[in-house]
Order: sequence, then structure tokens, then C-alpha cells
Amino acid sequence: MAQATAPPRPLPRPRGGATDHARPARRRRSTALSAHVFLAPWLIGMIALTLGPMLTSLYLSFTDYGLFTSPKWVGLANYRYMLEDDRFLASIGVTLRYVFVGAPLKLAAALAVALLLNRARRGVGLYRAAFYAPSLLGASVSVALVWRSLFATDGFTDKTLGSLGIHLGGFTDNPDYALYPLITLTVWQFGAPMVIFLAGLKQIPRELYEAASLDGAGRARTFLSITLPMLSPVLFFNLVLEIINSFQSFTSAFVISNGGGGPADSTLLYSLYLYEQAFTNFHMGYASAMAWVLLIVIALVTAIVFRTSRMWVHYGQEDAS
Amino acid sequence: MTTTAPPPPVPAPVADSPAGRLRAALWHLVCVAIGLVLLYPVLWLLTASVKSGTEIISNLSPVPEVFTPGNYTHAIDGVSGISLWRMFGNSLLISAGTVVGNVVSCSLAAYAFARLRFRGRGLYFALMIGTLMLPLHVVLIPQYVIFQKLGMVGTYLPLILPKFLATEAFFVFLIVQFIRSLPRELDEAAIIDGCGPYRTFWHVVMPLLKPALVTTTIFSFIWSWNDFLPQLMYLADPDTYTLQLGLRMFVDQSGSAAFGPMFAMSVLTLVPVVLFFLAFQRLLVEGVQTSGLKG
Repeated sequence: MAQATAPPRPLPRPRGGATDHARPARRRRSTALSAHVFLAPWLIGMIALTLGPMLTSLYLSFTDYGLFTSPKWVGLANYRYMLEDDRFLASIGVTLRYVFVGAPLKLAAALAVALLLNRARRGVGLYRAAFYAPSLLGASVSVALVWRSLFATDGFTDKTLGSLGIHLGGFTDNPDYALYPLITLTVWQFGAPMVIFLAGLKQIPRELYEAASLDGAGRARTFLSITLPMLSPVLFFNLVLEIINSFQSFTSAFVISNGGGGPADSTLLYSLYLYEQAFTNFHMGYASAMAWVLLIVIALVTAIVFRTSRMWVHYGQEDAS
Repeated sequence: MTTTAPPPPVPAPVADSPAGRLRAALWHLVCVAIGLVLLYPVLWLLTASVKSGTEIISNLSPVPEVFTPGNYTHAIDGVSGISLWRMFGNSLLISAGTVVGNVVSCSLAAYAFARLRFRGRGLYFALMIGTLMLPLHVVLIPQYVIFQKLGMVGTYLPLILPKFLATEAFFVFLIVQFIRSLPRELDEAAIIDGCGPYRTFWHVVMPLLKPALVTTTIFSFIWSWNDFLPQLMYLADPDTYTLQLGLRMFVDQSGSAAFGPMFAMSVLTLVPVVLFFLAFQRLLVEGVQTSGLKG
């Protein structure tokens, strides 16, 4: 330690030590105090609205709790019941399909369009803004209602496909296809990840492309060997964010299926079923257990993405050339 | 495929050459086509709002056969005795409260995280980042129980109060990142001049934060305006209903006969979002780019 061997003369103050009487220790204490004043709202929120509720929710997940009675300890019964609960299992299947079809499609669209818009042409700003707009509108009840009508039996999509000779028998009333309107609705909002991709594309050094063209690399080769690896950290970021968000989708499924997740539970997203259990059936203990399973599933999937990311996410430039 | 072409960040190909011109035209064509597909649902909504209920289903063409502006007067009358303006006011109140709460509490916390040194900062910061990933559902039920015990269910407090406690970690993180990009010398100079951390925050940092606070404002407003689940949970009395809840009630109560007014109401509900978008679209896109925020 430098202080231990230093001669007993006043140490140079690390920063801003103009006032002679303010000793460092005292100063540090007052900084700590004022830091806590600044953080007070956040700290209260963290304890009262996040950490406390998390512990409570974990406790409630081992109880039978109906809001109006006091919680009764039931051990693992809630978790065990999940395995026999057909609707719970259905909601898992629906959600996994929604996440693992919707998120990759959305990111693919976002990346393709970002590449298209990543050039200095007139009007590019306008296109960027226009393609981003659905990301802001899409979360609303209004747009969910539009989707419900567009994909209704005999609605726009059904009739258009019918005139092309494709008769699927409707979307929102057909258990086989009812999830697709929800997936198209999330893909429609590809603008947000697109904008993040655009920011990533801007970071790729131009020299790499110049070197590649000197080496005579074609477009596909340049994309695979330069753009994609250089973009992989951003792709990774978007993927994690998208997975976490899609696992929690609620509004669109609630509105399109009129709150029930139908037909035949084909749009019963996990958070829809959780909401139903908690606030319609008042099975709050069971819903809490479901929330913890969701947390664990999201953590697991994220962890898997993190682990595999070592194979495909490249930081730095050495891999690109 | 033009879409997989590597992005040459070089200035646009010389427009004079015929090949460059053709390529630019093709590019615009593709972009316009994507734009039309993306904005078609919005156009559909606009035209449906002036169609009659039966025509919305039967007529695929965007041009209405019978122009029905009466849908809008019907929509403004509202649902079960509550006028649209009332719901508009309710939504506005919640969004305004959310904006003020987020701006105040998140910038306070962000300043401490970005500039002040104190014990436990690393742990606190990790907790804050952790909440970014935490699914809402884990805290949903206990929060509901808390607000129920406090007698606040049915009021706007459960929707606004948490925003004053910096619960939206997104914005804390956004502002932290922004403060880190500000030159540290500025607040050091203020401290040398005898300012305490409070005055430094208020007179030096706060004015510089404007761009980050504008981004926070825009997203806070739009997100809370569109928000649905918390309102569904906490509001029961139709007098307190927001536009989103009113819109859903409208659907439940009037069935397919009132499709026209329902879409008129949808359009009116989206107006503030669209206005915000048009006013701030440049900032919005930049805000997302710098922070990784989702729309």
C-alpha cells in the first residue's frame, strides 16, 4: 500500500480537494451520505417493490393463497400440480413456439432491413423512421384489435389467401393457425432491433471492407466473413433481449383471444395463463409458482445463449480478417 | 439479393452512371414496398374507422363504399356512460405522473451510480442491472397484495407511485450511460468552486442531461400510454378507466355491430403516440441506437 510507506506529509488529494478543512475521510463519509440521498427513491423501490416481493413470491409459491385468506403452506404441491395441469403444459408449448419462431424471424427481418438501410442515400432517414413506427404502435390494444380483424375468418388475410387458392380455414378461430397472427404481430415490430443493428453496422471499420474487396471477396463472402462476425455482439444483445421480452408477451394475446387464450388454448401464452390463475381464479400461490418457473426458464435459456455465444460471438477484430 | 449486400459506407454510388441510377431506383423500390407492407395495417385501421360495421368485414378495398364519419361521434360518446374525454384524461394523468416520476427518480439514482463513490456501489449497480432482466411476473402478485393492503387498488397510485421509486431500470441505465459520456471535469470544477453534490447535480449535471431526459420522457409517455396489464389489474371502476381499458370494454359490450366506432376509438387512442412519434422520430431512433432501448 502506498499510504503505508508514504512520508507523513499531506497526500495529494485525488480530486477536487480545494477546501483545506475537508479531510478525505470526512469527505468520503459525506459523499456516501449524499449518494444514499440520491439513491433513496431507488433503494426504497428496490427493497419494497423488487427484493421484498421476490422473496414473498417465492414464499407464496409454496402456499395455497387466495388473496382473501391467509397463505397456507403446501410445500411443493403447486409445483407438482403443474405436471398434471394440461393448460399449464399447453401454455408452455404455445410460449416456446411463440418465442422460438417469433424471435428469430423478427431478428432476421431486422438484420436484413438494417443492411438495406445502412447506406447513405436520400430518404434513408425517412425509411428508418417509418420502419421503426410499428415498434411503438404494436404494444397497444388498438393494433391488437386491428390484427384480430385482419386475421379473422373471412377477414383480410383469409380472403386474400383464399383468392390465391389457399384455404386454411381462418386464423383466429382455427387452433392450428391461431398463433401465427401473434407471431406476425411481433415480427411486424422488427424496427427496434433494426435500429440497434444499424448502430452496430456503423461501428464496423471501413478498412475491413476495403481489404476484403482487394482480396476479391464477393458479397456473400464479405457478409459471412466480415459483417456477421463483427455484428455478432449486437446480434447476441438483440437475441437475449428479444427472448426475455417474448417470454413475457401479454397484451396482444389477451386482446386477440379475448382474454381466454383460445381457440382450444392455442394462443394461451404463459403470462396469459398466469394472469388468469392469479386474478381470475385467485390461485395466487399457484401463479407465484408459475412466475418462478418462468424466471428459471428465462434464466436457463439466457444462460444457454450466453454459453453458446462463445462459439459465435466475436469481440475484437482478429476473427474478422 | 440486394438485402444481403455488404454495406459499403462509402458515399452513394455516383448517381450519374446508369448502373448506379438503376441500383438506386431498385433500392427505393424495395424500401417503398417494405414500407407499404408495414404501414398497411395502419392504413387499414384508418379506413376501417370510417367504414360501416358490415363493410369492414366485407370490403377488402381500403376505399370505403359508405363514408361513415359518424363512427367518431359514436366513439367520443364513450362506453357505458363514460365519455372518451374522461378516459383520455385518465390516461393522460397516468402518463404524466409516470413521466415526472421516471425523470426525477431515475436521474437522481443515475447520478449517484455514475459519479459518486461509495461503499456498496458495485452491488447496487448489479442489482439495478439485474432488474432489467427480471420478468415482471415474479413481483406482480406480491406488489398487488401490497397495494391491496394499503387500500390503493382502484386508484392510480399503484400505477404512478412505483415510477417515483426508479423501478424502471431501463431509464436509470440510459441516464447512467449518458452521464458517463459527459466530461467529468465539469462537475469536478463545480466541486472545487464549493458546490456540494446536490448543487452540482442540479446546476451542472441536470441541464446537461436534457437529451437523455427527453428520451426518457418520450419512452415513458408512450410506454405508459400503451400499457395494459397493470391497468387491467389495478383499475376496476369504469370511472377510472383509461383509453386502453375502455377500448377493450367497448369490444366486450358492443360486439361486431360496433366495429366502426371501435376502430374510430382505436385511431383516437393512437393519436398521442403518433404525435409524439412525428415530433420526436429523429430523437427516438437515436435514443434507441445509443441505449439499446426497445420500442
